[in-house]
Amino acid sequence: MIAYLGRRLIQSLLILLGVSLITFALLYLLPADPVRQIAGRSATPQTVENIRQQLGLDQPFIVQYWHYLTKLVSGDLGRSYIQRSEVTELIVSRLPASLLLMAGAILCELLIGLTMGLIAAVKRGTATDQTLMVASFVGVSAPQFVVGLLLLYVFAVRLSWFPIGGYGTWRHLVLPSLTMGILGAGWYARMMRSSMIDVLRQDYVRTARAKGLARRAILFRHALPNAILPVIAMIGIDIGIFMGGIVVVESVFGWPGIGQLAWQAIQRVDIPIIMGVTLVSAFAIVLGNLLADIIAPFIDPRIKLR
Amino acid sequence: MKRSFGKRLLASTVAASALALMLGMTSVRAEDTIDPNAKQGGAITITYKDDVATLDPAIGYDWQNWSMIKSLFDGLMDYEPGTTNLKPDLAESYEISPDGKTFTFKLRHGVKFHNGREMTADDVKYSLDRVTNPKTQSPGAGFFGSIKGYDDVAAGKAETLSGVTVVDPYTVKFELTRPDATFLHVMAINFSHVVPKEEVEKYGADFGKHPVGTGAFKLAEWTLGQRIVFERNPDYWHKGLPHLDKITFEIGQEPIVALLRLQKGEIDVPGDGIPPAKFQEVMADPEQKARVVEGGQLHTGYVTMNTTMAPFDNVKVRQAVNMALNKARIIQIINGRAVPANQPLPPSMPGYDKDYKGYPYDVAKAKALLAEAGHPDGFDTQLFVMNTDPNPRIAQAIQQDLAAIGIKASIQSLAQANVIAAGGDKAGAPMIWSGGMAWIADFPDPSNFYGPILGCAGAVPGGWNWSWYCNKDLDAKAAEADSVVDPAKAVERDKMWSAIYDKVMEDAPWAPVFNEQRFTMKSARMGGADNLYVDPVHIPINYDNVYVKDVQ
Repeated sequence: MIAYLGRRLIQSLLILLGVSLITFALLYLLPADPVRQIAGRSATPQTVENIRQQLGLDQPFIVQYWHYLTKLVSGDLGRSYIQRSEVTELIVSRLPASLLLMAGAILCELLIGLTMGLIAAVKRGTATDQTLMVASFVGVSAPQFVVGLLLLYVFAVRLSWFPIGGYGTWRHLVLPSLTMGILGAGWYARMMRSSMIDVLRQDYVRTARAKGLARRAILFRHALPNAILPVIAMIGIDIGIFMGGIVVVESVFGWPGIGQLAWQAIQRVDIPIIMGVTLVSAFAIVLGNLLADIIAPFIDPRIKLR
Repeated sequence: MKRSFGKRLLASTVAASALALMLGMTSVRAEDTIDPNAKQGGAITITYKDDVATLDPAIGYDWQNWSMIKSLFDGLMDYEPGTTNLKPDLAESYEISPDGKTFTFKLRHGVKFHNGREMTADDVKYSLDRVTNPKTQSPGAGFFGSIKGYDDVAAGKAETLSGVTVVDPYTVKFELTRPDATFLHVMAINFSHVVPKEEVEKYGADFGKHPVGTGAFKLAEWTLGQRIVFERNPDYWHKGLPHLDKITFEIGQEPIVALLRLQKGEIDVPGDGIPPAKFQEVMADPEQKARVVEGGQLHTGYVTMNTTMAPFDNVKVRQAVNMALNKARIIQIINGRAVPANQPLPPSMPGYDKDYKGYPYDVAKAKALLAEAGHPDGFDTQLFVMNTDPNPRIAQAIQQDLAAIGIKASIQSLAQANVIAAGGDKAGAPMIWSGGMAWIADFPDPSNFYGPILGCAGAVPGGWNWSWYCNKDLDAKAAEADSVVDPAKAVERDKMWSAIYDKVMEDAPWAPVFNEQRFTMKSARMGGADNLYVDPVHIPINYDNVYVKDVQ
């Protein structure tokens, strides 16, 4: 176990290093010149060169990357080119909003997905099952941008049940969580359905039925706990999907998280912020996967960590 | 500039230029008249899509923060609210020497920073030393190039501008290396606004998050990425201003969401304007249309042709492109939110040549010119464009117009930074549609449309002269025009500039397409003259002078 953990941690660090190198290289190769963006159109060539020197952008790639890494080790993500603030400060100030949205989204996708999957499994082969599976397919395929705007229009503008975008109360949280959750709900519905069907075929379920237990008791006491565990274990892996989704959803709903920060930084070629958000996201994904793997044997004793 | 530099501007309507104001060579401040109907108190809410980067006047240069900074800080000069007429601001009066190389400003007494200390001439000098110091990395440093000692400071050889002298605590003198007809505008631009040394040193690079100025409002709260709250500065030296007690800026709201919230009465002004997709719907509803204010802006949208790349190195080809564009149809694409352009300067800019007819829309003649240039069957080329709506659609219209004379242009739709990069590369882009990045004047002076975008100085790698047009003769004429500081010759100077732009159009490095109009929408409770809502300098609105009608 310890050896496994040690090995996985080293792997994770290598992955993060790789991500930082690839992102840094891609941003370095970008034709847009960040110094020109900072200096503005009224700048003389001399001003431009001065700024380039001060930011160390006149150095060769390897030197720049090394400087970045050494600062990174001490937790310094540098200063934003456009906002001129510490990237760490910008990310930290926006992280709670993204985490809250993630929590809301997980709640939504589990509630919707597991319920749909459970009903579909029980009603297997019926029209209900088919309808639910088509719905889950739509949920997985629908672009979040469109879903977000639709929900906004129907529930905020037309019905006035929720505020039109923004941040602050639980009412603000509902629509963006739902938008993010619908995608995951589709996946969970499908996984829950097959997991449940699998469990319902097991001998112990047949035994329970033979004992004459009530259908409800069989489902919720015996089948559900066993069916749900492998599905829950997927949450860690979900984080990757979330990281992609928040860029879109946060922009649509004006949610002040790191996705919105990343989107604005990309438009302005604000390299330190792009780097920072990418690394934080990569860290979250690696961590999520690691947790999913560590939890797996506790949920299913057949899995062993080696 | 930055992301939204295309939208930002410093100038608009009104023909009165700096020179008109300088007629006496010395001017004493006339107190502003305050709207007698204005009510005191109340709070408003403004929304923006993008984050406010910084509130440091030496650095901020985007759509959102430009006028916020104007409400927190003051400069020696300013413009009368809602106009482009220069007036002294922190200065009480100024004097220009006969050779046009020395400007002396008398400061008003008793002006206090938000921290309670009185502002003096030392602060003016400190602020200019700071903005020109390369360590500050100010995007506006280049505006101060005519001040004596600028080159040494820019090169890092000196810490202080030798041309700025503190004569006494209330007098500051500027010596220039050349007569500069635009200098008073430069003293009104945000980059020259006065900051207190002790606060800048206290916060260092984070001063932009803790701004302390002399302005009408002070910063009360800033929640990163969410909101900024301004509250009234009770000690503002300009008695009777501002009218509002509080302004809340909500950040990160899509324009379409902002419009919906305005319709529900939740906000007062959508800072990014009416989203193009909703424009016709809003204008078709009389109730909503009544709350839209329209104004001109000093903007020109144009197609650049790289004069160093074949076949655009042939003037006949460039003229043919000018004749091929159906500008009226292109304007329809943006719902008529513009007027056709035939020269680089927009109509409300001094120096605009009303008599100049431009190139007519004439497909047959354009074809004939192409044939004369040796391309009877046209040629293949590329048109670069920024990838946000409506620019790709405008590019398609241009593409169709070009196809009509045989030019097959493929559209390269890229992120703004990439288009700018391609334009600054001599072999990068044969043609660029400037939309979304188009030139908007920093101040209302004809010189502002020349130097970096049509002059030789801009035709360098990484420059903004995307036509790579360099005419040494015109550069000399431009320098000559800018040395005419004598106000008696203001009209003559404008004529010199008109002639320069007429000559530019003869060489046709650009095909000017249209001049955009501005539309601001407000809630029914907002009061104040219409021109405060399309203020050429305070964008989108003049926070200091507007008021709400539902208080008291």
